[in-house]
Amino acid sequence: MDLYEYQGKQFFARFGIPVSAGGVASTVDEAVAIAERVGYPVVVKAQVQVGGRGKAGGIKLANSADEVRTHAGNILGMDIKGHIVHVVWIEVASDIAEEYYASFTLDRSAKKYLGMLSAQGGVEIEAVAEENPDAIAKIWVDPVDGLTDAVAREWVAAAKLNPAATEGTVDILQKLYRAYTEGDADLVEINPLILKPTGEVHALDAKVSLDANSLFRHADYEAYDATQVRDQRETEAHEKGLQYVGLEGSVGVIANGAGLAMSTVDIVNQVGGKPANFLDIGGGSNAAVMAGALEVINNDPNVRSIFINIFGGITKGEEVANGIVQALASVTIDAPIVIRLDGTNADEGRAILAGHLSDKLQMAPDMLTAARKAVELAGGTPK
Amino acid sequence: MSIFVDENTKVIYQGLTGSQGRYYGLSNRAYGTNVVGGTNPKKAGTDVDGIPIFASVADAVRETGANASCIFIPAPGVRDAVMEAAEGGVEFIACITEGVPAHDEAWFFNKLKRDFPNVRLLGPNCPGIISPGRCNIGITAGHIAKPGGPVGIVSRSGTLTYQALYELQQQDIGVTTCVGIGGDPVPGTSFIDCLQAFEADPDTKAVMMIGEIGGSAEEEAAEFIKNHMTKPVSAYIAGGTAPAGKKMGHAGAIVSGGKGTAQAKMEALRDAGVRIGLNPTEAGAHMVDIVRSL
Repeated sequence: MDLYEYQGKQFFARFGIPVSAGGVASTVDEAVAIAERVGYPVVVKAQVQVGGRGKAGGIKLANSADEVRTHAGNILGMDIKGHIVHVVWIEVASDIAEEYYASFTLDRSAKKYLGMLSAQGGVEIEAVAEENPDAIAKIWVDPVDGLTDAVAREWVAAAKLNPAATEGTVDILQKLYRAYTEGDADLVEINPLILKPTGEVHALDAKVSLDANSLFRHADYEAYDATQVRDQRETEAHEKGLQYVGLEGSVGVIANGAGLAMSTVDIVNQVGGKPANFLDIGGGSNAAVMAGALEVINNDPNVRSIFINIFGGITKGEEVANGIVQALASVTIDAPIVIRLDGTNADEGRAILAGHLSDKLQMAPDMLTAARKAVELAGGTPK
Repeated sequence: MSIFVDENTKVIYQGLTGSQGRYYGLSNRAYGTNVVGGTNPKKAGTDVDGIPIFASVADAVRETGANASCIFIPAPGVRDAVMEAAEGGVEFIACITEGVPAHDEAWFFNKLKRDFPNVRLLGPNCPGIISPGRCNIGITAGHIAKPGGPVGIVSRSGTLTYQALYELQQQDIGVTTCVGIGGDPVPGTSFIDCLQAFEADPDTKAVMMIGEIGGSAEEEAAEFIKNHMTKPVSAYIAGGTAPAGKKMGHAGAIVSGGKGTAQAKMEALRDAGVRIGLNPTEAGAHMVDIVRSL
């Protein structure tokens, strides 16, 4: 779950990381009220989950209520790389002496936490890594040990920050580590982490991604889940508890198992088609789950054909087939369907489906044939 | 021969009294797995269809001589369940549960490595392991796998593994062991662990590998194959056309910052002499070719 900047800052503040005073506004009047409360000058920042906000005109400095009114008015509703700005974050402007970078994430290869700290902040860390990799001080933290004060100090020394920033940075890194681990984050990133002329160190931005698997111990994360960026199809699928990712094409895809669903999306592409989605219905033969999946796909106006790809393991072919037949009886589907059913008792399953075949419901013996058929039905020319 | 488990493996099920644990525990027993017990502190002294329930893994190990555990405990309890299994004295732990937080996985992976270096953890979020005809621990349908050899299978995906087993069975090709390492960011057992064991197993003559987008485990496996494997390998990587930044069903299946693409993985494997299939059927056909020419 990716957080907006304002949510990330509220999250950081819970762990004692210093952030600027501010508030979130969805109207111009609210924006002005916040600016009046925190004091001028303020920064008006578009809240979108995409980089390059500044260049797009989504971050503006305002010295008065009139300027807040103008900037908030322009930014609210703005389209930044396809993301519409619905809220702005208003915060008191900070004096900046130097800009740094700090983050924690999981190094899947080392199976340890990777901490990155750099004296070159305020720019994309990928660019720094490319052009000047020595400018990033990296540490690998064993989750069993945690981040000790001594290690944090050595790390800050290795990053060669301004000595005036040492104490403040050591403190923030330890808080950031707690936010990362206790907060069950996949990523915590401060860019820029600033040193003020007065000597304080402060998080000027916040990028946080939380692990959706940790919801059971963070009931309050439901609020973040509710603000995730999803299109209408993804929202509907999420409400039904389906593993769904919206894509741009015209062939609707339903498969059992994440690997098989990915593979189905791949094979539709390979034969020259464009999949409309990724959808994993999991194991089992539950007719209600299949019906829900068909409804989500049926509501996608771009879908011209549907490819159902099922491999029976423990679940037997006849149970899967009965589930599909029941699901089809409960929803009216516009697009033609191609089914590939294989695995345990596939023959029995196919025999059940055979009684229901028509122009709108076809069967294919293997994945490749089924993919070609589905692409053809969607109006494409299969390879 | 088989790797990691065989007909002498004595298995207990943490969560045998739950619906999933009961269903698969009994299925595994019906397959012929040596199922010796289950655990549930509130139901010690009772049984599940004749399988005795113990209060803890330590009790079960003491009473039955169990050396493996299969975990069907819901995600919030997995961190404790894994440590209870290791402390209780089993050598092999298969954790089927999905939805375990990544920080828990990172913690118990490193804790086991430090305090229980001889314990092998498989998963979480995996289908388990099957040595056809000898032992089936987890949720794989036993009847789709032909016993014997000469193929070993290692996979990050469940359904694609079942498909691979089934296609080989259709061609009358047997499997020594099929290991599902799971789709999470910190798997207890890696591709390399399995490749190493297959290379050492005299009955395994060829290995089929099923990977997917995300992380760099396939690239690391390619490096291992290049430098240490004499046996032929075929592979399939799922997710070649997945959009960047989206988790494709599995928590670990995500292309981020241009890293973890199927293309990079296939290239690394090809460079290591692995035969790549562009879809599961093609990878299966490669394996049939390899076996026929052994």
